[in-house]
Amino acid sequence: MATQRKAVALISGGLDSLLAARVVKDQGVHVEGINFYTGFCVEGHTHAIRKKDKNKQKRNNALWSAERLGIKLHIIDIVEEYKDVVYNPRHGYGANLNPCLDCKIFMVSKAREWAARRDFDFIITGEVIGQRPMSQRKDTMPVVSRESGADDRLLRPLCARNLPETLPEREGWVDRKRLFGFSGRTRKPQMALARELGFEDYAQPAGGCCFLTDKEYSVKLQDLWSSRGEKRYELDDIMLLKVGRHLRPRPNFKIIIAREEGEGKFLQGYRKQYISLKTVSHGGPLALIDGEVDAADIELAARLVARYSQGRDAEQVELEVSGHSADPSSLTVKPMPAREVDPEWHL
Amino acid sequence: MSDIQVDARRLLCPMPVIRVQDAMEHLRPGDTVTAFCTDPGALNDIPAWCHINGHEVVERREQDDEYIVVVRVGASG
Repeated sequence: MATQRKAVALISGGLDSLLAARVVKDQGVHVEGINFYTGFCVEGHTHAIRKKDKNKQKRNNALWSAERLGIKLHIIDIVEEYKDVVYNPRHGYGANLNPCLDCKIFMVSKAREWAARRDFDFIITGEVIGQRPMSQRKDTMPVVSRESGADDRLLRPLCARNLPETLPEREGWVDRKRLFGFSGRTRKPQMALARELGFEDYAQPAGGCCFLTDKEYSVKLQDLWSSRGEKRYELDDIMLLKVGRHLRPRPNFKIIIAREEGEGKFLQGYRKQYISLKTVSHGGPLALIDGEVDAADIELAARLVARYSQGRDAEQVELEVSGHSADPSSLTVKPMPAREVDPEWHL
Repeated sequence: MSDIQVDARRLLCPMPVIRVQDAMEHLRPGDTVTAFCTDPGALNDIPAWCHINGHEVVERREQDDEYIVVVRVGASG
């Protein structure tokens, strides 16, 4: 009896990776999924934080895909290692701070290492030629194979017939005739295949599943780097970029102001790490100060926070200021009028 | 049998799942992991991960704004 071959499939939670894994599994290959967590994954974080979204059914799409496929899923934390990809992408950024090609190379490379440790035979991705402007082009497909070290052990079942034969095809582990030759940005062939395979209600993330493709998010990340004088971030930094209203009134600090109750609750978890401001005389948001500040900066921040409180038209608003491990203190300020808020402060 | 406690407070999914997964890696069948989370998504995601990886969810509950999930390592996990 022939040995059952084993493949690891990169599962993003989207339709293409779901189909690619299924197509190979249907050929009798043992498939397990792998999903990488970079910290920039969209994956319902906003829903998890914002109170108004609390009632929305939230699911992790990669887990959902694996459940539908009936395969194991290994979720790998690559937050630390991924920083190098974001700081210095050899192939550059896309329209925003998205290093898509380097990202794909990195993930396939990590999958290759994972597969080698567990004696898996090859790697599957849901890539389709022409689907993405940066990482999924005919000329970049060989770059991913080569630079990841996966070479001909990387199989793209959805567009394999447009590409040279890979090891799994040559060895007869999979039948090339039962793979596909999809290309271009159209989603119709994938949607038709999904119907044929009985998949409904699959995830269709608008604009991808990574915050780095988002223009507003990239502006905030660039601001973070500019303020630090270098490309550097920690996980808390990039999580906080997803939350609240960000204003930088001075080069040395910015304020993150919760926009609603859920965000306020989320920011509360950071009160020991940052100076925080909370209105006490009037209802208002919780805000954090990120940066090194003096008393004048704190007063400026307090006036801004007061502006976003229910006391914005009052003569004075009292706030509680908590800083790191210091005891909270009280500060009373005049809310900043709209004309004093420089639009440039908004990130 | 041992029980490992995982503090996944303040973490957003899938980090609580990753923490549980990593904690279970070196445990034996029958051992349990209790995860303390603040992201309500953990109530769905940790059981979904257990389901596909052959582990059992013993308990899931909400308590004082926290979500607690207790899972038992399966034989094939």
